[in-house]
Amino acid sequence: MTTKSKKHGNVLLKMRDIWIEGFADEKWNRIIRGMDLTLHRGEVLGLIGESGAGKSTLGLAAMGFTQPGCRITQGSIDFDGIELTEISEGMLRSLWGTRMTYVAQSAAVSFNPAHRLIDQTTRSAIRARVMGEKQAKDDARELYSTLQLPDPDNIGDRYPHQVSGGQLQRCMTAMAMSPRPDLIIFDEPTTALDVTTQVEVLAAMRKIVDEFNTAAIYITHDLAVVAQMADNIKVMRYGREIEESATRKMLSHPEMEYTKSLWSVRSLSKEEEKGKDAILDICGVDAAYGANKVLHDINISVPRGKTVSLVGESGSGKSTTARVVTGLLPLTSGEVLFEGEALPPKLSDRSKEQKRRIQKIYQMADTAMNPRQTVGEIIGRPLEFYLGHTGRKQEARVIEYLEMIELDESFFDRLPSELSGGQKQRICIARALAANPDLIICDEVTSALDQIVQEGILKLLMRLQRELGITYIFITHDISTVRAISDEVVVMFEGQVVEQGLKSEIFSPPHPDYTQLLLSSVPEMDPDWLDNHMASRRSG
Amino acid sequence: MHPVVKTVLHRLALGVVTLFVVSVVIFTAVQLLPGDFGEAVLGQAATEETKAAFRRELGLDKPAVLRYFDWLGGVLTGDFGTSFSGRAASGVDRSREVADLIAPRLWNTLFLACYAAVIAVPLALIMGITTALWRNSIYDGVANASALTTISFPEFFVAYILILLLASLNPVFPSLANVDSSISFWDRVYTLALPALTLTLVIVAHMMRMTRAAIINLLASPYIQMARLSGAPPREVILKHALPNAWAPIATVIAFNLAYLVVGVVVVEVVFVYPGVGQLMVDAVTSRDIPVVQACAMIFAATYIMLNLIADIIGIVTNPRLLHPR
Amino acid sequence: MTDNSENYTAAGEVGSHRTRRTRYQRAMIGLGKAPITAWFGMIIVAIYIFVAIFAPFIAPYGEAEVFPTPYEPWSAEFIFGTDQIGRDVFSRLIYGARNTVGIALFTTILAFLIGGGLGLVAAISRSWLDHLLSRAVDVLMSIPSLIFALVLLSIFPPSIISLIIIIAVLDSTRVFRLTRSVALNVVVMDYVETAYLRGERLGWIMRREILPNIMPPLVAEFGLRFCFVFLTIAALSFLGVGIQPPTADWGSMVRENASLIQFAAYDIKAGLTPLLPAAAIALLTVAVNFIVDWFIHQTSGLRDDH
Repeated sequence: MTTKSKKHGNVLLKMRDIWIEGFADEKWNRIIRGMDLTLHRGEVLGLIGESGAGKSTLGLAAMGFTQPGCRITQGSIDFDGIELTEISEGMLRSLWGTRMTYVAQSAAVSFNPAHRLIDQTTRSAIRARVMGEKQAKDDARELYSTLQLPDPDNIGDRYPHQVSGGQLQRCMTAMAMSPRPDLIIFDEPTTALDVTTQVEVLAAMRKIVDEFNTAAIYITHDLAVVAQMADNIKVMRYGREIEESATRKMLSHPEMEYTKSLWSVRSLSKEEEKGKDAILDICGVDAAYGANKVLHDINISVPRGKTVSLVGESGSGKSTTARVVTGLLPLTSGEVLFEGEALPPKLSDRSKEQKRRIQKIYQMADTAMNPRQTVGEIIGRPLEFYLGHTGRKQEARVIEYLEMIELDESFFDRLPSELSGGQKQRICIARALAANPDLIICDEVTSALDQIVQEGILKLLMRLQRELGITYIFITHDISTVRAISDEVVVMFEGQVVEQGLKSEIFSPPHPDYTQLLLSSVPEMDPDWLDNHMASRRSG
Repeated sequence: MHPVVKTVLHRLALGVVTLFVVSVVIFTAVQLLPGDFGEAVLGQAATEETKAAFRRELGLDKPAVLRYFDWLGGVLTGDFGTSFSGRAASGVDRSREVADLIAPRLWNTLFLACYAAVIAVPLALIMGITTALWRNSIYDGVANASALTTISFPEFFVAYILILLLASLNPVFPSLANVDSSISFWDRVYTLALPALTLTLVIVAHMMRMTRAAIINLLASPYIQMARLSGAPPREVILKHALPNAWAPIATVIAFNLAYLVVGVVVVEVVFVYPGVGQLMVDAVTSRDIPVVQACAMIFAATYIMLNLIADIIGIVTNPRLLHPR
Repeated sequence: MTDNSENYTAAGEVGSHRTRRTRYQRAMIGLGKAPITAWFGMIIVAIYIFVAIFAPFIAPYGEAEVFPTPYEPWSAEFIFGTDQIGRDVFSRLIYGARNTVGIALFTTILAFLIGGGLGLVAAISRSWLDHLLSRAVDVLMSIPSLIFALVLLSIFPPSIISLIIIIAVLDSTRVFRLTRSVALNVVVMDYVETAYLRGERLGWIMRREILPNIMPPLVAEFGLRFCFVFLTIAALSFLGVGIQPPTADWGSMVRENASLIQFAAYDIKAGLTPLLPAAAIALLTVAVNFIVDWFIHQTSGLRDDH
C-alpha cells in the first residue's frame, strides 16, 4: 500500500508556539501551551492524547478556528503562505469549506436535519464555485461510491436521519472531500461507532485520503486506530507535545514513558483459570422491553470467584442481561439461579440478603454517585443499610475500604466533584465492596477512562478478586479489556449468546462467523493491520 | 398513511378531546355552586313559584348528565342559554340571550387582540432574533433589562402609566376606549391606541425573551457550528441552516404569547372600560351570572387550545423527521 | 507491565482543581460576586419583609380607619392623601405589604407543596398514577389560569381562603410539570438505580437522592411562581374579585383610586396616587426577578456566551 511510502510535498501548514486559553470557572485557563506543528502536502498526522489533552482545540486552531469562549493568545499559523491569526473572519471563511474542511465526531448531530445529504455534501464546493451544481453532485455520487456507501446514486437524496451512523460518518467524509481541500481535520471520527462499523469507515477514509493525496490531521485517543491512518504521530498531554515521530517508529520505539502508557491496558493479561462450581446460572432467559423482545434464550454459567466477560456491540443485549440478573428488568421466561436457588424475577420480591450479595458498578462514575453526598456518606450507606454499622464503627470501616481501594482517609469528606475520573470509579467499587457481595456486575466500568487509569482500575479489580474471592460479570465492548481481566468469555449478538467458553478457547480459531468478525475488526498496533484486514476480507 | 398526516390527525383528535374535557370541567365546576340557584339569582323576596319556574327553565329537575349534553348541544350551535341578569324576584324576565350579549363584544375583543398582535408579533420576532444574533451587545443588554422589567409589571400598571403620560398629562390619546358599531375603522384604531399599546408592551417583552432563548438554543446546535466551519457566511447560516429548523420553536413562542394575549385582554379591557368579552366576564363573575361566565370561559379556553394546536401542527409539518420518514 | 505504573498512585491523580469550601463559604463568595441588580433585588425584598412584619408600628393610622374627607390631597398629615372613603393611603400601602405579599407567599408555598409533592411521586412511580396526574394537569393547563380562576371565583364565596386555595391549585399544575421533569432527569441517574437495587425505601430515595439534586431549579422556580401568583392575585383584586375590602390590598387600591388619574393634569400628586400601589407591586416583582436571574446564572453554570 502507498500510504507509508508516499512522497510528501512541500510544507502546507506550519504552526509555531501556539498558546490557547479557554474561559471557565470565572478565569482564563491555558488549554494549549506552546505547541508547534508542521504538516506537508499529502501527509497524514495523527494527533493523539487522553481526554483534556487539547487535541481538538489544536486541530480546530489549525483551521484558524477557536471554539466560543476560547482565544489564541500567542503564536502563528501559516497555511500555505497565509497567516491565519492575522486575516479577517471573512478571509478565513473563504478558506473553510474549500481549502480546509472538517469531519466531526458525531455525524448524527453535525448534519442539518432539514436538508438532503447530497445538498449538504456539495454546498461548499458549489458556493466556492469549485464546480457547477451538476458536476458537484455527480462528483458527490462518485465519492459515495468510493466510500463504499450502499446505493451511491440515490443515497444522497436521503435525509440525515434516514441513514445509519456509520454511513453518515462516511457522508461527512465525502462532504469534506467534495471541494477537494488541501487539508482535512478528522476529529475523533470513529469514536462513536461500533468496532465492526469502525473498520469500514476507517478503510473508506484511508482510501479517499490516499487517492486524492490530501493532507490531514487525524485526532483520536486510540493509538491502534491512528496507526492505520497516519504517517506521523504526535503525542500530546496537558496541552504540550510529548513527542512526535513516524508511525512505525512510534509504535516500536517510543521515547517517552507516557507514550507507552497509552496502550497500557493492552499489555495487561490474566492467567485464566477454570472455575469449579457455578455461583450464578442464567438458564434459558428471555426478556422484553414492552412488546420488543430483546433477549432470546440466554444461557450463561458464572463460575465462583472467576471473571466472566460479556462481549458484544451496542444492542447485543449484554447490559440487558445484567438488568435481568439484578432484577431491574423481570425476565419473561427461564430462570436465574443464584447459589442453586432461583432468584425472584422482580427486584421487589427479592430479600435484602439476595440484594446485598449482588452488586453493580456502572460505566459513568459521574452519574453513579449522588453529587451532594460525601465519599463517607456514599460508602457508609451500604454499611449502615445491610450491616447496621453506624457512627464511629461505620467511619472506621469506610476508611478501611478507602485503603482497600488505594485511597486514604483524606477522601472521607470529599464530594464527587472533587475527585478525578479514576478516583470516582474507585469509590464506586468501594461502595459495592461495602455490601460484602459475592458477585459484582461491572458494566463497561473502564470505557470512559483514560488508558493508564483503566489499567489501575483493572489491576485493583483483579487484586480484590484474589483477596476476597469475588466473582465478576464484566460487560465490555473492548477486546483488550477482555484479554486483560477474564477467565471466561461470552460473545453476544442481537440478544443471543453466540458462544461461551474459556478465554483461550474463544480467542483461538475456529470461530463462529460473528466472533470472527468481531475479533478481526479490532484494530491492532500494527500500521499494516488495516491493509491486511481489508485484503483478507476481499479474498475471504 | 403518511406519518405527517397521521401525527396531525392524532394531534387534532387530541385537541378535540381536550376541548371536550374542558367543557366538562367548566360545566361541572358550576354544579359545585353552593346554595339555591333560584334564591341566589332572584333574591330572597322571590316566591316559591317563580323560583320553581326558574329551576325548571334551567332544567335543574333533570339529571346533570342530560343537562350537560343539552348545554353542549347549545354551545355547538352557538346557543349559550339565557343570562341570569335582568330577572327580578317578581318573576318579570328582562334577561337576554347570552349569545346576543357576547357577539358584538367578541368582535370588539378580537379587534383589540389582532390590533396588538399585528404590532407585537413582528416587533418581538425581530427583536428576539436580533438580540440573539448580537448577543452581549449593548442593544441586547438594554433590551433584556427592559423586557425583564416590563414582564415584572402588572398589566394595569403599564396601562395607567400610559394613561398618565399619554392621556392625562399630554392628551394625545383618549383614556377610555368608548366604541360603538357606528365608529369608523381609523377612529377605532385611534381610540384603541392605548389599550393596544399596553398589550403590545407586555407581549413584546415576553415574546422577545422567548424568541431570543429559542434562537440561541438553535444556534448552539452542532450542525450550525459545522455550517460555519464549512465556510458558510452568516446570512447563509441563518437562512439556510437555522431558519428551516426554527419554525417549530417560533410557532410555539407565537402561540404561547397570543394565548397570553387572551388573558391580558381581560385586565386591559377593564382598565380602559372597553366593551369586550373580558369585561363582560368580569362583570358576570361579580354578579354571578353563571351562563355568561360559562360561555366566556369556553370561548377563552377554546381560543387558547386552538392556538396551541396550530403551533403544534406547524411543528409537526415542518419536522424533517416526520416529513421524510425512514 | 509498563514501568510508569510504578510511580502511579490513585490518590495522586489530579481531580478537579476546586478548592474545598463549606457551603456557607461558597454562598458568601457567591454573594460577593453578585451583580448590582441582584443586590438591588435583595435590598428591596429585605425592605418589603421588614415593612410587612412591622406594619402596625410603621403605619401612622389603622388599616381601615376612616377619616371624614375622602380624596384628601397629599399633606404632612396624610402623606399620600386619603382614598375614596377617606382612609389614609400611606397606611393602607404599608398594611398592603403584609396582606398582598403574605397571601401571595402563602399561596405559592401551598402550590409548591401540592405540585412539588405530586410531581415527585409521579416521577418516581412512572405508573398509572403518573399518567393520570399528567393528563389531569394537561387539561387544567389548557384553560388559561386567570380565566379558570374567574370561573371558580364566580362559584365559591369570595373569601381569602377560597382565593388562596383556587390560585394554589391552579398554579400547582405548573409546579407539578417542572418538578416532574427535573425529577425525571435525576431518577434516571445511576445513583438512584443503585439505591433502588440496594433495597432502599421510596421515601428514603426521594428525600436523600432526589430532593437535594432538584432543589436549585425548584428554588428558582419558587421565585418565578411567586411573581406570577403575586401578579395574578393583584390582577384579580384589581378586577374586584380577589381580596375584598376592607382588607388593604394593592390590587384593589389601584382600582379604588383609579379615577384620580384623570386629575393628573391639575394635581400631579393626585394622579400618582393610584400608581403607588401598582408601583409597589412592580418593584417587588422586578426585585424578585433580578434575584432569580442571578440565582439561575449561579447554579446552572450555563452562560449565554458559551
